Amino acid sequence: MTGLLGALSEAWDEVRVHKSRVVLSLVGVFLAVFAMTTVTALGQLVAQVQQESAERGAGRPATIQVNAFDPMTGMPPDAEEWDAAVADFTERYGITTAASVSYGEGLYRLPGGTQRVQTVRVSPSYGELHRKEPVQGRWFREGDRASLSPALVVNEAFLEALGVPDLSSRPTVVLGGPTPVRATIVGVVREGYGSELVAYRVDRSGGPWDDAGSVDTAQAMYGGPTTLELWVQPDQAEQVMEIVSRDLGLALGVQVDAYRQDASGMEETLAMLRLAIRGAGIVVLVLGGLGVLNIGLVTVRQRIREIGVRRSFGATSGRIFSAVMLESVCATALAGVAAVGASIVLVRNLPLERLLNDGIPLADTPGFPVAAAVEGLVAATAVGALAGLLPAIIAVRAKVIDAIRF
Amino acid sequence: MTLLALEGISRQVDLPDGSVLPILTGIDLTVAPGEHVSIVGRSGSGKSTLLNILGLLDTPSAGTYLLDGEPTDHLRARRRSRLRGEVFGFVFQQFNLLPRRTAVENVAAPLLYARGRDFLRRRRTAAEMLDRVGLGGRADQVPERLSGGEQQRVAIARALVRAPRVVLADEPTGALDVETGAQVMALLAQATAENGAALVTITHDLSVAALAGRRFRLEAGRLSPLVEQGALGAATSDRSSA
Ligand SMILES: Nc1ncnc2c1ncn2[C@@H]1O[C@H](COP(=O)(O)OP(=O)(O)OP(=O)(O)O)[C@@H](O)[C@H]1O
Ligand SMILES: [Mg+2]
Repeated sequence: MTGLLGALSEAWDEVRVHKSRVVLSLVGVFLAVFAMTTVTALGQLVAQVQQESAERGAGRPATIQVNAFDPMTGMPPDAEEWDAAVADFTERYGITTAASVSYGEGLYRLPGGTQRVQTVRVSPSYGELHRKEPVQGRWFREGDRASLSPALVVNEAFLEALGVPDLSSRPTVVLGGPTPVRATIVGVVREGYGSELVAYRVDRSGGPWDDAGSVDTAQAMYGGPTTLELWVQPDQAEQVMEIVSRDLGLALGVQVDAYRQDASGMEETLAMLRLAIRGAGIVVLVLGGLGVLNIGLVTVRQRIREIGVRRSFGATSGRIFSAVMLESVCATALAGVAAVGASIVLVRNLPLERLLNDGIPLADTPGFPVAAAVEGLVAATAVGALAGLLPAIIAVRAKVIDAIRF
Repeated sequence: MTLLALEGISRQVDLPDGSVLPILTGIDLTVAPGEHVSIVGRSGSGKSTLLNILGLLDTPSAGTYLLDGEPTDHLRARRRSRLRGEVFGFVFQQFNLLPRRTAVENVAAPLLYARGRDFLRRRRTAAEMLDRVGLGGRADQVPERLSGGEQQRVAIARALVRAPRVVLADEPTGALDVETGAQVMALLAQATAENGAALVTITHDLSVAALAGRRFRLEAGRLSPLVEQGALGAATSDRSSA
């Protein structure tokens, strides 16, 4: 026990006494670990951001879209039958997240006159599937379906067109049509290009206003077919697509198409990118390690006499070896801690959301990736051990009597 | 009772041209606990080689070295190292203080290889030791700031800090002027005596050698008594009875 403590304090003394030499030799390791950790962390953050933005559009992996229609008339199946069949299906196969979505247009009475706005009618669970992160207010919840005033989530351009700065005044908007109704804006998302207005409305609100806002039946027909989205494990996607087509088709006597639409290929691209970054990082780290090794070799020769003197104190070969080794490891580990710390400070203070995500807050705001930090520390320590090995062997091999001869 | 006993010790080295260079030949020597032995010899006579063998830093080519009556030739490297640290303290001609470590750190350094309490209390023990050699006030000086005499006093404190049973001093006054050398030598003799440790001093200075109870001359690798005295006879009979 005291043997280990002794070796450690010996190594630490050595680092302390030769501060400037140690610091100099560590510049390379520091820079390498700093670069590698930062790049790895940023790579992971960028990957996360890209994934999130891809998922906002296409859903999280694996999202399966299911459409059903009568092959003769092209009409969608009866809503109630469809709902029952879907509920039955999801329960039977334990699918926890399913959402419905249909695209259409609605008439909205805005200060500048009534306007047609692209309106997506979704179930509340759609938010989870597409990582909807409102910049104000909230996304839909189950209760919104029963609300007397239909809930709306709009984009910022819509809010602007409505002439209100934010949701603090609990703004409402009248949905035009045969039976106009006053809808409540519960959330704002950052979406759409330029001044394009976008609105989300919770589906199957069930009230008398259900069809209000639809431009006309033809229009409703056009955007009408409700698509079912299922969120499943990526490795089960194929299987689920097969089953859903068969089961729902049989249950309803309609044709059911299922296809996967999330960006499944992206993961491989990102994996490649990470691999390339890691490769570059390792090269830099090896160069830094060579610097440490070089200085270690020079100084171990200068210190042969000192090592001889320590031998006269009763230092065993093992002790000499571990002291030289630990000295290298202590030093590079310290450089690693400093580098990882600097990297964390840098990454934390980068305006990531502005740079990468059009200012949309990230859904799972990634902290500094722990894996990157651990990797940096492990890499630094490993470089220290490798670079310390040769000097340690030289130190042990040194003949004591030659070392203390004058 | 013998602490160290050399019996017929020889040491030779193989030279690169294939010939063999004898350094020590047939050395017989005993050292009893607490006694002061000095060995005088010219440069190149093999004094340091002899001392290194005594201190388990070097191994003889032939002969037996008994430590506490136990032969040392079969000791494993690890055990040799530990024995070296526990039994011996070294004082070198060139002081060999660890550069850039303060006096007290230098004195504490051997205790880094001790265990338990000795290890944990090393700084305090070192500070007390420095007081004993009269350098309590210079504890935080680095060797580069100390005079030669002061450095050698630090080295003496360091040699004694693990309370060794034998102090081996290789020309401890060799790098000092005559007066300082005499002071340092007196301190070394006194401090080892207080510790009850034996002292083996190697020197080419007869006045330094004269402080010892028993004196030897090393010449061309052979050891002979410098002045005939009764102690030698007693040591020889000790060995035959052991
Ligand atoms: N490993 C070695 N290889 C070759 N020659 C050696 C070796 N070790 C010692 N010698 C030689 O043996 C002789 C005795 O060496 P040693 O160092 O013991 O002398 P010394 O009496 O201590 O001399 P000094 O008073 O100058 O220190 C010298 O001539 C030295 O060159
Ligand atoms: Mg010598």
